[in-house]
Amino acid sequence: MNTSVKDLLSQPERTFNAKELAALAAYFRVVMFDTLHDRGTGHWGGSASSAELTTSLYFNRMNIKAEDPTWEDRDRLILSKGHASMNLYTVLAHRGFFPVEELSTFRKLDSRLQGHPCMNKLPGVDMSTGALGHGLSVGLGMALAAKLSGKSFWTYVITGEGCLNEGQSWEALMSAAKFKPEHFVLMVDYNKVQLDGTEEQIMPLGPLSDKLKSFGWNVAPTAYDGNNTEDMLASFAWMDSDDVWPKAVIYDTIKGKGVSFTEGKNAWHGAVIDDASYAQGIVELTSDLHQKEAAL
Amino acid sequence: MSMAMRDAFGSKLAELGATHPELVVLDADVSSSTKSALFGKAFPDRFYNVGVAEGNMVDIAAGLATCGYHPVVNAFSIFLALKGTDQIRNTVCYNNLPVIIAGAYGGLSDSFDGASHQAITDIAIMRALPNMQVIVPGDAAQAQQALEYALTQKGPVFIRLNRNPMPDLPSASEIGTVCSVEGSDITIAANGITASYANKAASLLAKEGIKAEVLSVPVVKPLDVESLKKSVSKTGALLCVEEHVLMGGFASAVSEAFMKQGISCRFDAIGIEDTFTESGPYEPLLAKYGISAENIAMRAKNLCK
Ligand SMILES: Cc1ncc(C[n+]2csc(CCOP(=O)(O)OP(=O)(O)O)c2C)c(N)n1
Repeated sequence: MNTSVKDLLSQPERTFNAKELAALAAYFRVVMFDTLHDRGTGHWGGSASSAELTTSLYFNRMNIKAEDPTWEDRDRLILSKGHASMNLYTVLAHRGFFPVEELSTFRKLDSRLQGHPCMNKLPGVDMSTGALGHGLSVGLGMALAAKLSGKSFWTYVITGEGCLNEGQSWEALMSAAKFKPEHFVLMVDYNKVQLDGTEEQIMPLGPLSDKLKSFGWNVAPTAYDGNNTEDMLASFAWMDSDDVWPKAVIYDTIKGKGVSFTEGKNAWHGAVIDDASYAQGIVELTSDLHQKEAAL
Repeated sequence: MSMAMRDAFGSKLAELGATHPELVVLDADVSSSTKSALFGKAFPDRFYNVGVAEGNMVDIAAGLATCGYHPVVNAFSIFLALKGTDQIRNTVCYNNLPVIIAGAYGGLSDSFDGASHQAITDIAIMRALPNMQVIVPGDAAQAQQALEYALTQKGPVFIRLNRNPMPDLPSASEIGTVCSVEGSDITIAANGITASYANKAASLLAKEGIKAEVLSVPVVKPLDVESLKKSVSKTGALLCVEEHVLMGGFASAVSEAFMKQGISCRFDAIGIEDTFTESGPYEPLLAKYGISAENIAMRAKNLCK
């Protein structure tokens, strides 16, 4: 008798292994695609890209209490690419921060699920984001607070490469290297596609690892596959491997991951999922989910 | 002459550091100008100099605020209000975080540095932000009271400070409207350091038999409409004075409130007209842009005709 995602989600507080995380992420992609199609608004490309990052953090790594979302000692996540709100909401809901049914209110009037995450409206959101470029600075402030108060919580910041176009991101990179707070990690969701086009067309970032190193960061020696949960767990092991701060990990990811015709296409950054695309895409996502469930 | 506001503010920060463990102070490479260095010297562990990066500084402060600290960010007011607007709006105000935005060198007070350093649009920007309170102290004591008040608040407060030693105003127990001269012919509502010029204008007017009432009004938001209304109901005329452009600042706030409440009176406002300012010694510079006892008296007199 195979385990299903449903079984996994009945015990959301467990520390899941790579195969389980892969199945969860595949399931969350289905939920996201469904919800975005139903609602006719939101950002598929970036949400699909970071699915394994967020799933692995919330279902394997972060020290959090869904029943006490503002617990002082909790680990924090700042989704600096706030347009991937559907990804964050899906993970938070299934992790127990709010009812899964509420996902259907996404971007409706009076909903707690704002277009971009709002910390004062929705439990589990550690920082409101939406305007790109803020996350690293705010995260640095949280990490400094941990240091000052003698707490050991972790602060993770997920940015896209577009988010790193903002000058403020580099101000934050500079200042984090000055203050060197512990347990402060930048996770770059490096799908190399922005809103208007590819990174090469819009703003080439490379060599990103060298740039981060030259800014004084402890950068993971390998780039991990951010859509592969084995790699995600390997990157977590690297985070724990030494005590040199701040740390950065670059994840190679695919924007629009999981639906063949949306992969790597900037047109699917924020496009409405029309019925025909939905019909085709959901078949691919469901078959991927079944494969991952079968592997459990 | 009183202490310069920046010295008063910096020393108050250092003093409050001892009793407020939640107080953390940030500066953007101007701490010897803003005087936040006084805090930095006393509490090096709770002081962050983030370099010339005002937006970054505001967001770092916001992060600290989410973890129980009460940050005070210091930089020149013009740069906080312009380079930090996105961060002040989208992170601090949207999340209603207890971050104190201390804008140094407010108005024309960085007089010799010229237009690039003079903050003449900061009040308009800050008062447009939901959740933000806006205080423009008129002297050193008010600057210290504003800080004490801001530290009791659960949301953001903008405090606009002045660079130079300015005359003391009549003292009050807490930050708020103070009536420094009573009169019945015209109300002069003066924001920030313009209050001392308004007081002198009242003496000039008295010599001509005009009894001006002078209100020093440091709090632009939330505006103390009641005190203004009470005075104007007696005088029937109102002259607002501010060290800021006339669009969107103190006089705008007053006229919006008066229009909305249907309070009508003869009205005029002194501030910087729709123009950039320039370098020069502070007092003559203020005078050139309309802020002098003589000009206030003249405009008040015209309003009483
Ligand atoms: C300050 C700011 N400017 C512009 C935008 C509009 N915008 C939303 S997403 C995006 C591109 C983001 O690219 P990236 O960070 O790489 O995210 P991902 O590819 O993962 O979706 C842009 C320009 C914004 N949200 N904030």
